[in-house]
Amino acid sequence: MAKTVLDFEKPVFDLEQKIQEMRKYEGNVDISGEINRLEKKVHQLRESVYSNLTRWQRVQLARHPERPYTLDYIERIMDDFVELHGDRKYGDDKAIVGGFAILDGKSVMVIGQQKGRDTKSNVYRNFGMMNPEGYRKALRMMKLAEKFKRPIITMLDTPGAFPGIEAEERGQAEAIARNLFEMSKLKVPVVVVIIGEGASGGALGIGVGDRILMMENAWYSVISPESCSSILWRSWDYKEQAAEALRLTAPDLVEQKIVDRIIKEPLGGAHRNPQEAAMILKDVLIEELKLLSKLKPEKLVERRINKFVQMNG
Amino acid sequence: MAWFKRSKENIETSGVKKDIPGGLWSKCDKCGEIIHHKQLVSNYYTCIKCNYHFRIGSDEYIPILIDKGTFRETDAKMKSGDPLKFVDSKKYTDRVNGAIKKTGLNDAVRTGFGKVDGISIVFACMDFKFIGGSMGTVVGEKIARAAERALKNKRPLIIISSSGGARMMEGALSLMQLAKTSARLAQLDEAGIPYISILTDPTTGGVTASYAMLGDVNIAEPGALIGFAGPRVIKQTIGKDLPEGFQRSEFLLEHGFIDVIVHRKEMKQTVATLLKHMTD
Repeated sequence: MAKTVLDFEKPVFDLEQKIQEMRKYEGNVDISGEINRLEKKVHQLRESVYSNLTRWQRVQLARHPERPYTLDYIERIMDDFVELHGDRKYGDDKAIVGGFAILDGKSVMVIGQQKGRDTKSNVYRNFGMMNPEGYRKALRMMKLAEKFKRPIITMLDTPGAFPGIEAEERGQAEAIARNLFEMSKLKVPVVVVIIGEGASGGALGIGVGDRILMMENAWYSVISPESCSSILWRSWDYKEQAAEALRLTAPDLVEQKIVDRIIKEPLGGAHRNPQEAAMILKDVLIEELKLLSKLKPEKLVERRINKFVQMNG
Repeated sequence: MAWFKRSKENIETSGVKKDIPGGLWSKCDKCGEIIHHKQLVSNYYTCIKCNYHFRIGSDEYIPILIDKGTFRETDAKMKSGDPLKFVDSKKYTDRVNGAIKKTGLNDAVRTGFGKVDGISIVFACMDFKFIGGSMGTVVGEKIARAAERALKNKRPLIIISSSGGARMMEGALSLMQLAKTSARLAQLDEAGIPYISILTDPTTGGVTASYAMLGDVNIAEPGALIGFAGPRVIKQTIGKDLPEGFQRSEFLLEHGFIDVIVHRKEMKQTVATLLKHMTD
């Protein structure tokens, strides 16, 4: 059971807890009727809470501290993962992980932004905020995939590229620009999945692909609602309005013709049942890769470039 | 009782009021030098005393770089829609219309054909005064089309950037313009067509993280602010003061992201020389 409870989930959790408490006494007294009644009620409550989420509530779910991250998915849906490290130029960025893995019996290159679970691991992962060497590390792995004709899967989950002195010194902008440039002409299939937070250029830096998939409770936009609030409203207090204005949820992005497909999550979010979430993702990835594998490399590149060129709103 | 009386004629000013049009004199942002407009124009909008490069837009840059009478504008009428129906303290449509009225431009970039020292090129120049030179779908589309025209006509592409980054009010669609423009530049690259990127003050955010950094040759004007994250954001994040000259052209040259810093006076000559090296 999840430990972190978001404000709007509280009624659901309170009821779930009550049922759990009652279960403890089930052996002594016959309260199964009552439990059944409450089970039905909690089910209805879940439906009504989670099927009417505001955009800001989805942002909160996307950031849920128990939400599965890239490595959780790799572990659950792939085998023989060999993690590769380093950009061969400067260092190894821990905010991004990747390597060869087997998906459905086939070798793929999987690359994704990685957050930490607690303070210590978050410091290690730099909260999923990449430095230039991270983008170059990702590009190096993509070029490897191209060399060995392996499809690429990227998972986006970052609050943004790291805004630091050293990041600027080492060319954060150039690193991202280079990735957009190179990814648009990779001669192997690229499937992009926004699994959590897709904040701006920092996310897009590994986000150019043939198919753009998005998990139901992920968000993707040009800026975070908080930063947008601080710039346009000159206050941090308008994040809810900013989230609404930015239209940053999966259904919004399908409407804007940026995202091709929404990947369903278990009711209440991927963290409520990471295994189920992973299995849904796995099936979708297998299906998408199967379709892309039929296209010739030149056709892939042509289609990919046209796809992005047509994004006009 | 008043001590003295004012007679009306005594307080009337004699003669005609001198007409001093606004903007005839400009003050240098850096050294405070007062410069007459004519002098500023003949000095390529740079300070006569300290070489500070004033922020200029397409109206000023076209005559500086492009041979007289050769500029032929493309997509001049393209205007932004409002894909998200975006409203903050102001409606986005009002913001855009306000900017159009104020600047006389339709968006933050102008594109077209032209010649530099007799060499035919495709050209784009951004205007910072239009919503901070922000890149939304119009800027992205015009840049992408310029690259496409360069590809089709086999002409070198030159883009002059000045931008605060991607335009928030078009959300993720603005973000996608980074990918769109970079993808077109990748095609240009494959075809062996030169692309020169000129970075002016300021070039930050999504524009730097896409076409501005992707030139075969990247040229910067002296002292221009160039970076991904804005200095304020970085300062806030790390809680430290930023070093002197951080994110300025000279800093980027030192770190290997700019090929050459060129004074606006010598920009045309440098571009022409480079083009001669890169074309037959």
